[in-house]
Amino acid sequence: MKDTTKEILERPLHGVYRWWGDKLFLTISVILGLSIIALAFAMAWVLFKESSLALNEFGVVGFLKGRVWDPGVNFVFGALPFLFGTMVTSVGALAIAFFPAIAIGIFVGEYAPKWLGAIIENLIHLIAAIPSVVVGIWGIFVFAPWMREKVYMPVFMWAADHAPSLLPIVGTPIGYGMTTATIILALMIIPYTTALTRDAIRQVPKEQREAAYALGATKWEVIRMAVLPYARGGILSGAILSFGRAIGETMAVAMLIGNKNTFPFSIFGPAATMPSVIINEFREAVGNLHLSSLMAIGLALFVISLIVNLIAAFIIRKYSITGGQAV
Amino acid sequence: MELLTLRKKVKSDNNTSSVMTTTNEIETTVEKKETSRVRMEARNLTIKYGTNVAVRNLSMPIYNEKVTALVGPSGCGKTTFLRSLNRMHDLTKSASITGEVLLDGNDIYDPKVNPVTIRRKIGMVFQKPTPFPTMSIYDNVVAGLKLVGIRDRKLLNEVCEIALTQAALFDEVKDRLNAPGGSLSGGQQQRLSIARALAIKPEVILMDEPTSSLDPKSTMKIEDLIVELKKKYSIVIVTHNLAQAARISDYSAFMYLGDLVEYGKTKKIFQNPEDKRTEEYLTGKFG
Repeated sequence: MKDTTKEILERPLHGVYRWWGDKLFLTISVILGLSIIALAFAMAWVLFKESSLALNEFGVVGFLKGRVWDPGVNFVFGALPFLFGTMVTSVGALAIAFFPAIAIGIFVGEYAPKWLGAIIENLIHLIAAIPSVVVGIWGIFVFAPWMREKVYMPVFMWAADHAPSLLPIVGTPIGYGMTTATIILALMIIPYTTALTRDAIRQVPKEQREAAYALGATKWEVIRMAVLPYARGGILSGAILSFGRAIGETMAVAMLIGNKNTFPFSIFGPAATMPSVIINEFREAVGNLHLSSLMAIGLALFVISLIVNLIAAFIIRKYSITGGQAV
Repeated sequence: MELLTLRKKVKSDNNTSSVMTTTNEIETTVEKKETSRVRMEARNLTIKYGTNVAVRNLSMPIYNEKVTALVGPSGCGKTTFLRSLNRMHDLTKSASITGEVLLDGNDIYDPKVNPVTIRRKIGMVFQKPTPFPTMSIYDNVVAGLKLVGIRDRKLLNEVCEIALTQAALFDEVKDRLNAPGGSLSGGQQQRLSIARALAIKPEVILMDEPTSSLDPKSTMKIEDLIVELKKKYSIVIVTHNLAQAARISDYSAFMYLGDLVEYGKTKKIFQNPEDKRTEEYLTGKFG
């Protein structure tokens, strides 16, 4: 046994092979690594170049502030309705999803017995993996009709009887609209926020929990004083990353939001978001200016996603805790 | 002379009542009558992890206003025993416990007893300093008080100052009580953890290798602090550092493979151990 080991160790090294192997691997890794940077810049460049026609025509601020999107007659394009639609649906979705997601994360991480926690966690991952077009179909056939019957119509009828001045704000209760899209978006990001919350809670060291228990804390007090403060960075950045997903979500939103390009939007009535207008109009965009305007919206979406991701990274840096210290 | 008669008396007592007698037990009985009262007591304590026995049929007293050291090689059950004394042990899912742990004569494992109230009476300091990193020094110290709903600022300030002074930390941090607890050095953090445990006015303080992650200078400070604290509190300390046990403890218990091998006055255990295993461990033959 000893002899064979010695023999192998004393064999001449396959110098050329090992040297080339190292070099080759290094080269491939470097090229692939750098290609990510190149890809990001290439995307930004193409978006920028293709959108320059529209941005020159209306000006960057003018385009973002423009309230009219008219590809049919006057060929005037402004992104404000879509910026507004995206922000309202995403912020609304995050507001709806945040606390339930954290509650589920806490339940899975702290309260549920192992087997139950594992089941819930796997189902969360499963729900997160459902293609958004499937969620959209479910929304069209089940959720939107149900909401129209049980929520929109009663509210609309009440408003018609008691407060007619509210009717323009409430909007036409067709079932497809901003509220439907927001709720569906919330359902879609709950799994992400939950999973990230769960991960953040998992990172909290046992010592922190025990320190709280040793002070005579109850289970909930331990979570409040030791677990959540320690995990806050992970939870917040998780919420922001989920928000980023909501901003970019296309298919389910396009299927359920009703796709109305003109301001003002109403609460139950149809609206549009940045991704939904791109996917709906891209194929039919014939004029160069129309196409370029859609590209400009794509560029804005790109920049917003970038900013959201940067904010998440900043929050992780600022609030995460390393080695027992708040950084 | 007096001691001798007492010893004889105890011996005769024990003879009549068929209880097993060793000189060691007589010694402790003598001391109990002589100096201080029993604060806590473990009776026939057996702790298992699943089917694995970690502590076997352990009985020993913990005296009031004394430092009791638990020593022994790794895996001997001393930390498990320590954690059973304030029901921290309940948090380990696979663990089961039989026997009794008395605090002032009441069994803390009585089903009617809420472990939360026990942990308020029996504080704990851990191996690693555990300040809550998002809280200020001040908030760390009063965290336990805020749990029981004390909001009176004046009272909190007062307790904070007293606890930090008792933990020999006040002078170092009095100008920056609002700085995060994590900004302190390791030794200061450990004293902060001690201050936090003292703030809720515990009756007994358990320490699980409180100096094992600290440098010699901080270790010395904590040791001085422990000697100072025993004037008011009963302290049980687990330590790997035999010299430390010899320096600061009044009583020592040597544990080996889950058994309490020997228990008695530290001086006696270290100078004249009765069990061969104790002697071998203390002289560095194993462990």
